[in-house]
Amino acid sequence: MHRIITVLALGLLLCSSPLHASVTLESFKFSTPEQEQHFKDVIEQLRCLVCQNQSLADSDAELAHDLRAEVYGMMRDGKSDKQVIEFLVARYGDFVLYNPPVKPSTWLIWFGPFVLLLIAAALLLRSLRRQQQVPQQEIGEAERKRLEQALHNGSPGEGPKP
Amino acid sequence: MARYLRYLVPLLLFVLLVGLLYRGLSLDPKIVPSPLIGKPMPAFSLTRLDDASATISDTDLRGKVSMLNVWATWCTSCRAEHETLVEFARTGKIAIYGLNYKDDRADAQRWLMQLGNPYIANAFDPDGRTGIDWGVYGAPETFIMDKHGIIRHKHIGPLTGQVIATEILPLIAKLEASE
Repeated sequence: MHRIITVLALGLLLCSSPLHASVTLESFKFSTPEQEQHFKDVIEQLRCLVCQNQSLADSDAELAHDLRAEVYGMMRDGKSDKQVIEFLVARYGDFVLYNPPVKPSTWLIWFGPFVLLLIAAALLLRSLRRQQQVPQQEIGEAERKRLEQALHNGSPGEGPKP
Repeated sequence: MARYLRYLVPLLLFVLLVGLLYRGLSLDPKIVPSPLIGKPMPAFSLTRLDDASATISDTDLRGKVSMLNVWATWCTSCRAEHETLVEFARTGKIAIYGLNYKDDRADAQRWLMQLGNPYIANAFDPDGRTGIDWGVYGAPETFIMDKHGIIRHKHIGPLTGQVIATEILPLIAKLEASE
Protein backbone atom coordinates (compact mmCIF):
# COMPACT_ATOMS: atom_id res chain seq x y z
CA MET A 1 0.00 0.00 0.00
CA HIS A 2 2.75 2.33 1.06
CA ARG A 3 4.69 1.57 -2.07
CA ILE A 4 1.71 2.25 -4.32
CA ILE A 5 1.19 5.66 -2.78
CA THR A 6 4.87 6.50 -3.21
CA VAL A 7 4.80 5.44 -6.85
CA LEU A 8 1.65 7.44 -7.43
CA ALA A 9 3.11 10.50 -5.79
CA LEU A 10 6.30 10.24 -7.84
CA GLY A 11 4.24 9.77 -10.98
CA LEU A 12 2.25 12.88 -10.18
CA LEU A 13 5.46 14.82 -9.61
CA LEU A 14 6.86 13.70 -12.93
CA CYS A 15 3.66 14.65 -14.73
CA SER A 16 3.32 18.00 -13.08
CA SER A 17 6.81 19.43 -13.49
CA PRO A 18 6.95 19.74 -17.29
CA LEU A 19 3.41 21.07 -17.22
CA HIS A 20 4.47 23.75 -14.79
CA ALA A 21 7.45 24.75 -16.93
CA SER A 22 5.29 25.19 -20.00
CA VAL A 23 3.06 27.70 -18.21
CA THR A 24 5.81 30.29 -18.36
CA LEU A 25 5.18 31.38 -21.93
CA GLU A 26 1.49 32.02 -22.28
CA SER A 27 -0.34 31.04 -25.41
CA PHE A 28 0.11 34.39 -27.11
CA LYS A 29 -0.98 34.41 -30.74
CA PHE A 30 1.42 35.69 -33.36
CA SER A 31 0.72 35.96 -37.06
CA THR A 32 4.31 35.14 -38.06
CA PRO A 33 7.15 33.20 -36.39
CA GLU A 34 9.33 36.31 -36.84
CA GLN A 35 6.94 38.28 -34.66
CA GLU A 36 7.05 35.59 -32.01
CA GLN A 37 10.84 35.58 -32.08
CA HIS A 38 10.87 39.36 -31.87
CA PHE A 39 8.57 39.28 -28.83
CA LYS A 40 10.86 36.75 -27.16
CA ASP A 41 13.91 38.87 -27.93
CA VAL A 42 12.32 41.91 -26.28
CA ILE A 43 11.18 40.16 -23.10
CA GLU A 44 14.59 38.53 -22.72
CA GLN A 45 16.17 41.98 -22.41
CA LEU A 46 13.90 42.89 -19.52
CA ARG A 47 14.42 41.96 -15.92
CA CYS A 48 11.67 40.60 -13.73
CA LEU A 49 11.42 42.66 -10.56
CA VAL A 50 10.22 39.80 -8.41
CA CYS A 51 12.86 37.17 -9.20
CA GLN A 52 15.60 39.61 -9.94
CA ASN A 53 17.99 37.25 -11.64
CA GLN A 54 15.47 36.18 -14.21
CA SER A 55 14.32 37.93 -17.32
CA LEU A 56 10.66 38.57 -18.08
CA ALA A 57 10.91 35.64 -20.48
CA ASP A 58 12.14 33.20 -17.83
CA SER A 59 10.20 34.24 -14.78
CA ASP A 60 7.07 32.49 -13.64
CA ALA A 61 6.19 35.24 -11.15
CA GLU A 62 2.70 36.64 -11.33
CA LEU A 63 4.01 40.11 -12.14
CA ALA A 64 6.07 38.67 -15.01
CA HIS A 65 2.88 37.13 -16.45
CA ASP A 66 1.15 40.50 -16.26
CA LEU A 67 4.06 42.39 -17.77
CA ARG A 68 4.43 39.88 -20.60
CA ALA A 69 0.74 40.35 -21.36
CA GLU A 70 1.29 44.11 -21.25
CA VAL A 71 4.26 43.93 -23.64
CA TYR A 72 2.33 41.58 -25.94
CA GLY A 73 -0.63 43.97 -26.01
CA MET A 74 1.57 46.95 -26.82
CA MET A 75 3.38 45.11 -29.61
CA ARG A 76 0.10 43.91 -31.07
CA ASP A 77 -1.03 47.53 -31.11
CA GLY A 78 2.00 48.36 -33.23
CA LYS A 79 4.11 50.02 -30.55
CA SER A 80 7.85 50.09 -31.23
CA ASP A 81 10.42 48.36 -29.01
CA LYS A 82 11.50 51.79 -27.81
CA GLN A 83 7.97 52.65 -26.72
CA VAL A 84 7.57 49.34 -24.91
CA ILE A 85 10.87 49.77 -23.08
CA GLU A 86 10.10 53.41 -22.22
CA PHE A 87 6.74 52.29 -20.80
CA LEU A 88 8.42 49.87 -18.44
CA VAL A 89 11.31 52.17 -17.50
CA ALA A 90 8.83 54.96 -16.65
CA ARG A 91 7.18 52.65 -14.11
CA TYR A 92 9.97 50.46 -12.80
CA GLY A 93 13.11 52.46 -13.56
CA ASP A 94 16.32 51.48 -15.34
CA PHE A 95 16.37 48.41 -13.14
CA VAL A 96 14.18 46.55 -15.65
CA LEU A 97 16.94 46.86 -18.25
CA TYR A 98 19.71 44.30 -18.27
CA ASN A 99 21.71 46.79 -20.30
CA PRO A 100 21.99 49.99 -18.25
CA PRO A 101 21.80 53.20 -20.33
CA VAL A 102 24.85 55.46 -20.54
CA LYS A 103 24.17 58.53 -18.37
CA PRO A 104 26.03 60.45 -15.65
CA SER A 105 24.97 58.10 -12.87
CA THR A 106 26.20 55.05 -14.78
CA TRP A 107 29.42 56.56 -16.15
CA LEU A 108 31.37 54.85 -13.41
CA ILE A 109 30.27 51.36 -14.43
CA TRP A 110 30.58 52.05 -18.15
CA PHE A 111 33.91 53.88 -18.19
CA GLY A 112 35.42 52.97 -14.80
CA PRO A 113 37.19 49.82 -16.07
CA PHE A 114 38.72 51.75 -18.99
CA VAL A 115 39.88 54.52 -16.66
CA LEU A 116 41.50 51.90 -14.43
CA LEU A 117 43.12 50.31 -17.48
CA LEU A 118 44.53 53.69 -18.56
CA ILE A 119 45.91 54.36 -15.08
CA ALA A 120 47.49 50.92 -14.99
CA ALA A 121 49.01 51.42 -18.45
CA ALA A 122 50.41 54.82 -17.43
CA LEU A 123 51.97 53.35 -14.28
CA LEU A 124 53.46 50.48 -16.25
CA LEU A 125 54.93 52.84 -18.86
CA ARG A 126 56.43 55.02 -16.15
CA SER A 127 58.13 52.16 -14.36
CA LEU A 128 59.40 50.71 -17.67
CA ARG A 129 60.91 54.07 -18.62
CA ARG A 130 62.61 54.29 -15.26
CA GLN A 131 64.21 50.92 -15.71
CA GLN A 132 65.49 51.89 -19.16
CA GLN A 133 67.21 55.01 -17.88
CA VAL A 134 70.28 53.21 -16.58
CA PRO A 135 71.60 55.25 -13.70
CA GLN A 136 74.82 57.08 -14.62
CA GLN A 137 76.78 56.40 -11.49
CA GLU A 138 79.90 58.36 -10.83
CA ILE A 139 82.81 56.09 -10.12
CA GLY A 140 85.43 57.02 -7.64
CA GLU A 141 89.06 57.91 -8.41
CA ALA A 142 90.43 54.63 -7.07
CA GLU A 143 88.03 52.61 -9.13
CA ARG A 144 88.87 54.54 -12.30
CA LYS A 145 92.55 53.81 -11.81
CA ARG A 146 91.84 50.15 -11.31
CA LEU A 147 89.79 50.13 -14.50
CA GLU A 148 92.49 51.82 -16.53
CA GLN A 149 95.07 49.43 -15.19
CA ALA A 150 92.92 46.51 -16.11
CA LEU A 151 92.47 47.87 -19.65
CA HIS A 152 96.20 48.40 -20.12
CA ASN A 153 97.29 45.10 -18.65
CA GLY A 154 94.69 43.23 -20.60
CA SER A 155 93.51 41.52 -17.45
CA PRO A 156 91.40 42.64 -14.50
CA GLY A 157 93.12 43.11 -11.20
CA GLU A 158 90.87 40.63 -9.51
CA GLY A 159 88.38 38.04 -10.43
CA PRO A 160 88.63 34.79 -12.29
CA LYS A 161 91.55 34.42 -14.66
CA PRO A 162 90.59 33.92 -18.29
CA MET B 1 57.43 61.31 0.82
CA ALA B 2 57.31 59.10 -2.24
CA ARG B 3 58.17 56.15 -0.07
CA TYR B 4 55.18 56.74 2.20
CA LEU B 5 52.94 57.16 -0.83
CA ARG B 6 53.90 53.74 -2.08
CA TYR B 7 52.25 52.24 1.00
CA LEU B 8 49.58 54.86 1.55
CA VAL B 9 47.91 54.70 -1.88
CA PRO B 10 47.21 50.94 -1.85
CA LEU B 11 46.03 51.22 1.75
CA LEU B 12 43.60 54.02 0.87
CA LEU B 13 42.33 52.08 -2.14
CA PHE B 14 41.81 49.04 0.05
CA VAL B 15 39.90 51.06 2.65
CA LEU B 16 37.74 52.52 -0.15
CA LEU B 17 36.98 49.06 -1.49
CA VAL B 18 36.07 47.75 1.95
CA GLY B 19 33.83 50.77 2.45
CA LEU B 20 32.03 50.12 -0.85
CA LEU B 21 31.57 46.42 -0.08
CA TYR B 22 30.33 47.21 3.41
CA ARG B 23 27.78 49.63 1.99
CA GLY B 24 26.76 46.98 -0.53
CA LEU B 25 26.09 44.52 2.26
CA SER B 26 23.69 46.87 3.98
CA LEU B 27 21.66 47.52 0.81
CA ASP B 28 18.62 45.38 0.12
CA PRO B 29 18.59 44.38 -3.56
CA LYS B 30 14.85 43.75 -3.27
CA ILE B 31 14.27 47.48 -2.82
CA VAL B 32 14.24 49.04 -6.27
CA PRO B 33 14.06 52.84 -6.24
CA SER B 34 10.94 54.10 -7.94
CA PRO B 35 11.31 56.43 -10.93
CA LEU B 36 7.92 57.90 -9.96
CA ILE B 37 9.27 59.91 -7.01
CA GLY B 38 8.85 63.61 -7.77
CA LYS B 39 6.32 62.89 -10.52
CA PRO B 40 2.54 63.34 -10.45
CA MET B 41 0.71 60.21 -9.36
CA PRO B 42 -0.44 58.05 -12.29
CA ALA B 43 -4.08 58.59 -13.18
CA PHE B 44 -6.52 55.82 -12.39
CA SER B 45 -10.23 55.25 -12.15
CA LEU B 46 -11.39 52.07 -10.46
CA THR B 47 -14.40 50.77 -8.62
CA ARG B 48 -14.47 51.09 -4.87
CA LEU B 49 -13.74 47.91 -2.98
CA ASP B 50 -16.85 48.31 -0.82
CA ASP B 51 -19.14 49.34 -3.66
CA ALA B 52 -18.73 48.04 -7.21
CA SER B 53 -21.07 50.73 -8.56
CA ALA B 54 -19.01 53.64 -7.18
CA THR B 55 -15.68 54.76 -8.61
CA ILE B 56 -12.57 56.19 -7.03
CA SER B 57 -9.85 58.00 -8.94
CA ASP B 58 -6.58 59.84 -8.40
CA THR B 59 -8.53 63.11 -8.09
CA ASP B 60 -9.95 61.84 -4.77
CA LEU B 61 -6.41 61.85 -3.39
CA ARG B 62 -5.47 65.32 -4.61
CA GLY B 63 -5.57 68.59 -2.67
CA LYS B 64 -4.18 67.09 0.54
CA VAL B 65 -1.21 65.11 1.77
CA SER B 66 -2.27 61.53 1.13
CA MET B 67 -1.08 57.96 1.43
CA LEU B 68 -1.79 55.06 -0.91
CA ASN B 69 -1.18 51.64 0.55
CA VAL B 70 -1.02 48.71 -1.86
CA TRP B 71 -2.25 45.50 -0.27
CA ALA B 72 -3.93 42.16 -0.84
CA THR B 73 -5.33 39.35 1.27
CA TRP B 74 -2.86 36.85 -0.25
CA CYS B 75 0.04 38.99 0.94
CA THR B 76 1.39 37.85 4.29
CA SER B 77 3.47 40.98 4.88
CA CYS B 78 0.28 43.01 4.45
CA ARG B 79 -1.23 41.00 7.26
CA ALA B 80 1.82 41.81 9.35
CA GLU B 81 1.58 45.56 8.77
CA HIS B 82 -2.20 45.80 9.03
CA GLU B 83 -2.33 46.36 12.77
CA THR B 84 0.25 49.14 12.52
CA LEU B 85 -1.77 50.74 9.75
CA VAL B 86 -5.00 50.58 11.77
CA GLU B 87 -3.26 52.19 14.73
CA PHE B 88 -1.68 54.85 12.55
CA ALA B 89 -5.05 55.66 10.96
CA ARG B 90 -6.47 56.43 14.42
CA THR B 91 -3.98 59.27 14.84
CA GLY B 92 -5.53 60.96 11.79
CA LYS B 93 -2.16 62.32 10.65
CA ILE B 94 -2.75 61.60 6.97
CA ALA B 95 -5.54 60.58 4.60
CA ILE B 96 -4.95 56.86 4.02
CA TYR B 97 -6.27 55.27 0.84
CA GLY B 98 -5.82 51.70 -0.25
CA LEU B 99 -5.17 49.98 -3.55
CA ASN B 100 -6.46 46.45 -3.26
CA TYR B 101 -4.12 44.71 -5.68
CA LYS B 102 -4.98 41.53 -7.63
CA ASP B 103 -7.38 40.35 -5.02
CA ASP B 104 -10.84 38.92 -4.58
CA ARG B 105 -13.46 41.50 -3.65
CA ALA B 106 -15.31 39.34 -1.13
CA ASP B 107 -12.07 38.19 0.54
CA ALA B 108 -10.81 41.74 0.82
CA GLN B 109 -14.09 43.01 2.27
CA ARG B 110 -14.07 40.22 4.85
CA TRP B 111 -10.45 41.02 5.77
CA LEU B 112 -11.30 44.66 6.50
CA MET B 113 -14.38 43.66 8.49
CA GLN B 114 -12.38 41.27 10.67
CA LEU B 115 -9.11 43.15 11.07
CA GLY B 116 -10.32 46.73 11.03
CA ASN B 117 -10.40 49.26 8.21
CA PRO B 118 -7.72 51.96 8.26
CA TYR B 119 -8.64 53.29 4.81
CA ILE B 120 -10.82 56.23 3.81
CA ALA B 121 -11.54 54.26 0.66
CA ASN B 122 -10.06 51.43 -1.36
CA ALA B 123 -9.61 51.17 -5.09
CA PHE B 124 -10.23 47.66 -6.37
CA ASP B 125 -7.61 46.59 -8.95
CA PRO B 126 -8.26 42.90 -9.66
CA ASP B 127 -6.07 42.59 -12.77
CA GLY B 128 -3.25 44.70 -11.37
CA ARG B 129 -3.35 47.12 -14.32
CA THR B 130 -3.28 50.20 -12.07
CA GLY B 131 -0.57 48.50 -10.02
CA ILE B 132 1.64 48.37 -13.13
CA ASP B 133 1.11 52.09 -13.73
CA TRP B 134 2.28 52.75 -10.18
CA GLY B 135 5.28 50.47 -10.62
CA VAL B 136 4.04 48.01 -8.01
CA TYR B 137 6.07 44.80 -7.96
CA GLY B 138 5.21 43.36 -4.60
CA ALA B 139 2.72 44.25 -1.93
CA PRO B 140 2.83 45.90 0.50
CA GLU B 141 4.02 49.18 -0.94
CA THR B 142 3.14 52.60 0.38
CA PHE B 143 3.22 55.91 -1.49
CA ILE B 144 3.04 59.39 0.04
CA MET B 145 1.75 62.26 -2.09
CA ASP B 146 1.94 66.00 -1.41
CA LYS B 147 -0.98 68.45 -1.74
CA HIS B 148 -0.42 68.71 -5.49
CA GLY B 149 -0.57 64.98 -6.01
CA ILE B 150 3.17 64.65 -6.55
CA ILE B 151 4.60 61.35 -5.27
CA ARG B 152 7.14 62.21 -2.58
CA HIS B 153 7.99 58.86 -1.09
CA LYS B 154 7.61 55.15 -1.63
CA HIS B 155 8.09 52.63 1.11
CA ILE B 156 8.56 49.06 -0.05
CA GLY B 157 7.67 46.35 2.43
CA PRO B 158 5.56 46.41 5.55
CA LEU B 159 5.12 49.57 7.57
CA THR B 160 6.33 49.32 11.13
CA GLY B 161 6.11 51.70 14.07
CA GLN B 162 9.73 52.61 13.47
CA VAL B 163 9.25 53.30 9.76
CA ILE B 164 6.29 55.53 10.58
CA ALA B 165 8.21 57.40 13.27
CA THR B 166 11.42 57.91 11.30
CA GLU B 167 10.30 58.07 7.66
CA ILE B 168 6.61 58.84 7.39
CA LEU B 169 5.81 61.31 10.18
CA PRO B 170 8.71 63.73 9.48
CA LEU B 171 7.76 63.69 5.80
CA ILE B 172 4.09 64.40 6.54
CA ALA B 173 5.10 67.33 8.75
CA LYS B 174 7.30 68.72 5.98
CA LEU B 175 4.63 68.30 3.30
CA GLU B 176 1.91 69.81 5.49
CA ALA B 177 4.11 72.84 6.16
CA SER B 178 4.85 73.52 2.47
CA GLU B 179 2.33 75.05 0.16
